[in-house]
Amino acid sequence: MNLLQQALVLTAIAGVGVVTAFADITVKGSDTMVILGQKWAEVYMQQHAAVKIQVTGGGSGIGFAALQNKQTDLANASRRIKAKEVETCLKAFGKRPREYAVAKDGLSVYVHVENPVTQLSVEEVGAIFSGRIKNWQEVGGPDALIIRYSRENSSGTYEFFKDHVLQGKDFAPAVQTLAGTAQVLQAVAKDKRSIGYGGAAYGQGAKHLKISPVKGGIAIEPTEETVVSNQYPISRFLYLYLNPELEKGELKAYVDWIRSDDGQRVVKDVGYFPLPTNLRRN
Amino acid sequence: MGIHRSHRVRPLEWLAEQLIRLLSLTAILVVFLIFLFVGRESLPIVLGQMNSAAPQTVIPVEQFDSLPSERIRAYLGLSAKEFQSLNQETLKALLEIRVEAALEGSTNRDAGLNTTEWRYLLKPYQWSDYERPVYIWQPVSEVPKYNLVPLLVGSLKTTLAALFFSVPIALGAALYVSQLASPSAKELIKPAIELLSAIPSVVLGSFAMLVLATALQALTGSQFRLNALLAGIALGMASIPVIFSLAEDALTSVPVAYTQAALALGASRWRAAWQIVLPAAIPGVFAAVVLGFGRCIGETMVVLLASGNASILSGSFLDPCRTLTATIAAELGEPVVGSHHYRMLFLLGTLLFTVTFLTNVVGDLVMHRLKSGLEGRK
Repeated sequence: MNLLQQALVLTAIAGVGVVTAFADITVKGSDTMVILGQKWAEVYMQQHAAVKIQVTGGGSGIGFAALQNKQTDLANASRRIKAKEVETCLKAFGKRPREYAVAKDGLSVYVHVENPVTQLSVEEVGAIFSGRIKNWQEVGGPDALIIRYSRENSSGTYEFFKDHVLQGKDFAPAVQTLAGTAQVLQAVAKDKRSIGYGGAAYGQGAKHLKISPVKGGIAIEPTEETVVSNQYPISRFLYLYLNPELEKGELKAYVDWIRSDDGQRVVKDVGYFPLPTNLRRN
Repeated sequence: MGIHRSHRVRPLEWLAEQLIRLLSLTAILVVFLIFLFVGRESLPIVLGQMNSAAPQTVIPVEQFDSLPSERIRAYLGLSAKEFQSLNQETLKALLEIRVEAALEGSTNRDAGLNTTEWRYLLKPYQWSDYERPVYIWQPVSEVPKYNLVPLLVGSLKTTLAALFFSVPIALGAALYVSQLASPSAKELIKPAIELLSAIPSVVLGSFAMLVLATALQALTGSQFRLNALLAGIALGMASIPVIFSLAEDALTSVPVAYTQAALALGASRWRAAWQIVLPAAIPGVFAAVVLGFGRCIGETMVVLLASGNASILSGSFLDPCRTLTATIAAELGEPVVGSHHYRMLFLLGTLLFTVTFLTNVVGDLVMHRLKSGLEGRK
């Protein structure tokens, strides 16, 4: 009974603690970037004890909606803002939201470790996922149906892959979708005929293919060097959006820090790649 | 009513009574409000007011000063009050963004179609780049395709597979535990099955995806590791405790006199259970199955993980499928709030609500029928 009472008291204190720990800066948006955003906040708060930063996910669209309604200071996005969303922002606060690239992400194409195929061109990958290539034989593998795994269509990764690898074509309906890169990897690791895609920094248990920009070109392995220097053909930026009127004081300092060498050092810890030095702020 | 209170109403009792009444009303209110919210968000599509077609004409920014302001207001879709409140700069920026949106839009020959019309939602259509008319759910696309049929079929397919798996097991277990088992076996089996419901569905889904999928693929030799059957079996595991508990209650509440009479007439225990108790409890058992159906069709996490989520329309249980619930869960985060994709997901919610509601109503009607049949009333 005594123990129970103690537990209750502790919960109550914790509850009060949560309520009083009012967040000075709120960040909302892309689920892909939640861990990155939290890591940034954690490191920054260690250095600046007075600042409180609260990071939540929900999705890029939810982040933009919150930005329009002034429910968040910063919106994380794994895709660029859409015209329709800029329009609502203009109506809400009369300004285009300001965009900052804050990290780089390379997308790897994974296959099972026993798959003899080691490289593909961007076009071949696109043809596989749009359904034109159905058998591994067509790209130099064994005679077997290709089982394709994709991310959900709500992920920025999906949209990027569709725009830049499938050239805007639809994914084949038989492409199976999974909720996260980790799940895609698990599925690929368990199925010899499978192919999937996701962040280059992930990838235990599956083989990362080398990708050539054109058929017959030099195939490039996704590494930090090739992704940051843009040699590797499938890479993208991750973004941060904010209302330009609010970019001052603590908020500005935080955004500047994220884009500085210090902030960029954190990026690698959570599986993305830092910005090329010319895009950083120093 | 017939009973009159002979004593004065005690104020505390009265208060408690009112409080309880209020609580029960709150439940109704909450259900109603949720449905109102979901329904309202999807209403523009139901009424055909949404238009996903790309706008045909674009006014370049340079014409801002030469055109009458009324024309620009109508073009931007602003109310007079909104138009007043925005300054010139913002209005020009709005025009700019329309031009950019037009560039973002595609040259696809289907771009001018309003794909949120009911015929595109329910009937197959041959889109450009497609070889034949298809039922397809492809909301993030140059031309968003929102056919609901594959999702509905996917939901029903997994639910059906789940019920095929869980109903015999759950009812068998219920019959055994309530009629045949020794008290000590009952003490063991009942809590064990009910403990199944304590497994979080995300754990169940992960288990299905990582372990069960491999075993099932070896057993069935299917092309796809993740498929409707796998999701169905995992869902079945989630619904077994629901069906079991209710069915067991129904079977136990059959008066012992029935069994005793049957036994006295020389029936075996099994025969008494199967031919006397089960038919007598049929309304309750039926209600249990209906509730199991509701649990299966509404379950999200398990199907999200185990069904493969490919929106193909196929009759085979060994193909992957995409369900209504998984679609909502997976897609709601990203679309522009208020866009047609967003509203379409709420339409799926309304659809789900309607299906469950109808099932419950029909279930209730059938149950009453069965009950009156048993009681010898017409």
